[in-house]
Amino acid sequence: AAGMFLRLLSDIQWRAAHPKWRRMTSSQRSTSTTAEPHPVALPAQAQVVICGGGVLGTSVAYHLSKMGWKDIVLLEQGRLAAGTTRFCAGIVSTARPVSIELKMAHYSNKLYQQLEQETGVQTGYMKTGSISLAQTQDRLISLKRIASSLNVMGIPCEIISPKKVLQLHPLINIHDLVGAMYVPEDALVSSANVSLALATAASRNGVQIHERTSVSHVTIQKGRVTGVETDRGRIQCEYFVNCAGQWAYELGHSGEEPVHIPLHACEHFYLLTHPLKEPLSSSLPTIVDPDGRIYIRNWQGGILSGGFEKNPKPLFTEGRNQLEIQNLQEDWDHFAPLLSGLLRRMPGLESLQIKQLVNCPESFTPDMRCIMGESPTARGYFVLAGMNSAGISYGGGAGKYLAEWIVNGYPSENVWPLDLKRFGTLQSSRTFLRHRVMEVMPLMYDLKVPRWDFQTGRQLRTSPLYDRLDAQGARWMEKHGFERVKYFVPPGNDLLDLDHSKTFYKPDWFDIVGSEVKCCKEAVCVIDMSSFTKFEISSTGDQALESLQYLFSNDLDVPVGHVVHTGMLNEKGGYENDCSIARLSKRSFFMISPTDQQVHCWAWLKNRLPDDSNLVLEDVTWKYTALNLIGPRAVDVLSELSYAPMTAEHFPSLFCKEMSVGYANGIRVMSITHTGEPGFVLYIPIEYALHVYNEVMNMGQKYGIRNAGYYALRSLRIEKFFAFWGQDLDAFTTPMECGREFQVKLDKGIEFLGQEVLLEQKQNGVYKRFTMFILEDHDTDMDLWPWWGEPIFRNGRYVGRTTSSAYSYTLERHVCLGFVHHFDEKTGEKLVVTTDFINQGEYEIDIAGQRFQAKAKLYPFSSLFTQRRRKDEVELSGYQRE
Amino acid sequence: FYLTPPQVNSILKANEYSFKVPEFDGKNVSSVLGFDSNQLPANAPIEDRRSAATCLQTRGMLLGVFDGHAGCACAQAVSERLFYYIAVSLLPHETLLEIENAVESGRALLPILQWHKHPNDYFSKEASKLYFNSLRTYWQELIDLNSGETTDVREALINAFKRLDNDISLEAQVGDPNSFLNYLVLRVAFSGATACVAHVDGIDLHVANTGDSRAMLGVQEEDGSWSAVNLSYDHNAQNEREVERVKMEHPKSEEKSLVKQDRLLGLLMPFRAFGDVKFKWSIELQKRVVESGPDQLNDNEYTKFIPPNYFTPPYLTAEPEVIHHKLRPQDKFLVLATDGLWETMHRQDVARIVGEYLTGVHHQQPIAVGGYKVTLGQMHGLLTERRAKISSVFEDQNAATHLIRHAVGNNEFGTVDHERLSKMLSLPEELARMYRDDITIIVVQFNSRVIGAY
Repeated sequence: AAGMFLRLLSDIQWRAAHPKWRRMTSSQRSTSTTAEPHPVALPAQAQVVICGGGVLGTSVAYHLSKMGWKDIVLLEQGRLAAGTTRFCAGIVSTARPVSIELKMAHYSNKLYQQLEQETGVQTGYMKTGSISLAQTQDRLISLKRIASSLNVMGIPCEIISPKKVLQLHPLINIHDLVGAMYVPEDALVSSANVSLALATAASRNGVQIHERTSVSHVTIQKGRVTGVETDRGRIQCEYFVNCAGQWAYELGHSGEEPVHIPLHACEHFYLLTHPLKEPLSSSLPTIVDPDGRIYIRNWQGGILSGGFEKNPKPLFTEGRNQLEIQNLQEDWDHFAPLLSGLLRRMPGLESLQIKQLVNCPESFTPDMRCIMGESPTARGYFVLAGMNSAGISYGGGAGKYLAEWIVNGYPSENVWPLDLKRFGTLQSSRTFLRHRVMEVMPLMYDLKVPRWDFQTGRQLRTSPLYDRLDAQGARWMEKHGFERVKYFVPPGNDLLDLDHSKTFYKPDWFDIVGSEVKCCKEAVCVIDMSSFTKFEISSTGDQALESLQYLFSNDLDVPVGHVVHTGMLNEKGGYENDCSIARLSKRSFFMISPTDQQVHCWAWLKNRLPDDSNLVLEDVTWKYTALNLIGPRAVDVLSELSYAPMTAEHFPSLFCKEMSVGYANGIRVMSITHTGEPGFVLYIPIEYALHVYNEVMNMGQKYGIRNAGYYALRSLRIEKFFAFWGQDLDAFTTPMECGREFQVKLDKGIEFLGQEVLLEQKQNGVYKRFTMFILEDHDTDMDLWPWWGEPIFRNGRYVGRTTSSAYSYTLERHVCLGFVHHFDEKTGEKLVVTTDFINQGEYEIDIAGQRFQAKAKLYPFSSLFTQRRRKDEVELSGYQRE
Repeated sequence: FYLTPPQVNSILKANEYSFKVPEFDGKNVSSVLGFDSNQLPANAPIEDRRSAATCLQTRGMLLGVFDGHAGCACAQAVSERLFYYIAVSLLPHETLLEIENAVESGRALLPILQWHKHPNDYFSKEASKLYFNSLRTYWQELIDLNSGETTDVREALINAFKRLDNDISLEAQVGDPNSFLNYLVLRVAFSGATACVAHVDGIDLHVANTGDSRAMLGVQEEDGSWSAVNLSYDHNAQNEREVERVKMEHPKSEEKSLVKQDRLLGLLMPFRAFGDVKFKWSIELQKRVVESGPDQLNDNEYTKFIPPNYFTPPYLTAEPEVIHHKLRPQDKFLVLATDGLWETMHRQDVARIVGEYLTGVHHQQPIAVGGYKVTLGQMHGLLTERRAKISSVFEDQNAATHLIRHAVGNNEFGTVDHERLSKMLSLPEELARMYRDDITIIVVQFNSRVIGAY
């Protein structure tokens, strides 16, 4: 392999006579010499400085220059495409479970296909197709789910029999297979050459490329990037893009104000062989055998095979740096299980001669998704890194989205699942990252069933009630580092270990959650909701109100003590956040948002609130424990504990008041729930948390109180058609599209963000509509359960995807929520979605290839709101999050 | 009858214990990585004891093996008490004062030791108050003595050994109103125990030995081979210096009767030991204590029996010999074991077996393909073989267990013979003692990286 890479690197040798990066055509290549490049002085300033000359850095440069930005400098500490990119296995695969990743890979594939023609640089692009094997039925289900996704995106893909696998790839042992997924348009490339081709095109468009230049740190002033310091001098710039791969974390931490980029490197091994006696065809499909933990592609007549072992070797935890990745030591003993997997899959290769075992570090992230976007603390500081070993598959698409983000202020797709701001400083501990990536790397090929949880890096943020709840049988999940209860296992029922829960079918917590739901509906439950992000905004004058009126779509000029549900919309009217805001006084507001909004919402507000020392934004998340009392008897429990009447006349819905609960005073009580059931949320200063919890539980006994978890909450909110930000709502969804017009005050007399778009939509209609589906012929016990991301078909035609789903214990049916589009039958153009269009269709939901009939509804079942206190509550409490 | 391999394993592993010095994310700043220990009984009940603890008020870790004779009472008492005496001897004056004040005012006591115990390693609940009072008297005397000098480990060890033996003797003379305790302190005093104790603090390793248990250092030579360095001297008839010492301490007239059949006064194998007041007290004292003692004591022929040629007691001491060793990076482990091990195995073999066990995988040269022609099949075969080899070493997760397996099961070629192992372990209780002795082993593994950094 070294030979090949050397050849490949010599392709881009500089000619001493040419002081500037020049495009390389084949005729020029022959005249190139091996002389070292003459270092060109760095420019004193540039609009954009990109750090990292791998496939991501060059892709960002390529796309920025395509979009018309020219004043760009790309810096590479070693040579272009000489890091992880150089050793990448070069497989471009679209078979990705996360839809945004799938879109990026699809775009990359199309980009690479035409890159050679565009640039004249050979990329080695070869459309071989890929076959993902299933050794178990569960694996086949997960492949079928991906196949459904690919199909509705127009990417050819089919589920094939083991026999068909043998026809496509004669070397495979198919005896232990139950099926496979074939994606004929997946491709192979030389990733280094792709990177060079992107660099060539970028350079032609005016991007300056400097090799052997390291960035020592980025300077940030007043929260903005001002320049970079390199070993060859300083460059002033407006934008900095950190594409430093596995060194991105360190680079982020090198400046005075750290930018936290949570990623960590692991060693990654693959094997190269000599050619077979009868060399393998270069068009032979790539094999992915996740149950065997390996992938196999053809390589120069032989094979290239690597995988994701169960016991990864993390490295550079302490941040050792090195200029270019040296070939780390080959570790055959470590590779042995993967080699066994390979020979089991292709027994005929026994006599094939080994060429090399390549060890090349890859960087992984805490949630297996890559990291892109702007730093929450430093404007103009962009990041694209942490590819979880799929850099070449994502490179093209990721570079495009990031370039759009820099140029337009936002990318053309919802990239929240990849946004740097989903992380905060809390995911930046090296110990956390080291432990988490050791779990993440094997997970690449592990079966991912609905609602699996990470096991490492847990119990970081906890409620003061954690031990109490844990002792009562709580089972936990984690969100943004915060432990939250899924459900409570009743005493004596300890069947629920992790393996039992690993199913695509009815999970074993079904009855447990069912009884929690029942208690919420009939008596009263308490749910610890402390993880929610809580901000306080206050000012000396009217600044707080004025700013919030501009940033939020609902009218916040309400009497003191009122709670308002409102979207925090962007210029396009899309939800940047969905929150509840209580007016505590004339000049101060208390804002509650989803747990994972802590970083994003903070940055959004900080960047948009006027720079005024009399206007204070404070994150008070840690100060309060939030207890949600849900159910018809919540009112009884609370009034007994406070000696205050809590009935609707005294404490109307959407009301907020400080009162005493038990001995504890100053408890902020709000008459909102997150489920549409009657109830209250108590915001308790943390030192009172245990006391109030104990009092509530003691007093609640006679009303049948019990603990409940988020799974019950989810079932309740979904059956009532409540959308939740991050799952159903995103920056590309407006209130008009999800039936939330009542939360928008277009006529509040103050201009607000997104108003224009909303007015336009009100006039002309919307192009997608949030819809509720009730599965009709779905057998809860026997059929696969919906999760989210399932395609929705209307009259047999694809119209959109589900965004969340749950079993409704009240309806005794599955409920899916999702968006319906109206695509023109001929052109595919998006048309206005009308109520009639929704109501007049026959719907089906596709779960792993099997379609179930579904009834579409635009409004929730009013019969579900039995204990309604006021008629309008259905509308007003249309607020929910998980 | 015949034991299957899983049966053999369950016998061998019944008493195994491992302790890893807690580390934070792969970083261990202690010179000790951890230890493995195990015991295989031959007596029923076993007369060996073991202890391990971390000193909490000073630095360092204590590990010891104790070989009891004439019952297990003395070994049990020493295993419970000796480390407290050592820890107290090492404490600075201020800490002693602090502890005494806490006791005086009924406040919570600073913890002195953190024990690392196997569930079978028990402490006597009934005697704890009595033991505590003796210990308190000791530290009160230390406070009064306040020399102002920093504590020397060697001296502390010697003082602790002697003091504990003295307390054992005193408690038996004074007796206890509680009849159970009264009988207990007498049994402790009339039985005996050897002790071999290591104190590791940074690169300073002290071994204090009383009797014929042994401490041995495993050293890895530059070529990777293993050698053994003794860190204790056996106190028995094979040790000429020891024989000389005993002879020096008694009149010339007793020279012939002092050591007979390689035993002290023709009776006792170890030349130093805790307890064994029959070799320490005057005849009058022995008679008085036995006569006023409980009936059980009077019924016991052994306690009433006065050794022959008993003219100038004491003949026995608990004073240890202390060896100080500065740990070097090549010092990989320390083996503390009762004579049950050393009777069956040469220390060279012990060093090799433990060394190879501990380095296990790491010692296998990494494979590199280099320029050789290797096929996938060949490589797979090679790797499978290597893994098989590793897994046989790792049948035992405990170095002490591994050593016992060899000690009991080794055939003439030095490899473990399952049949032999099965036979040795299935001996009926009454026969077991004829073929083997109780074996107690602690293997302490050192942290060469930390030691190298000193």
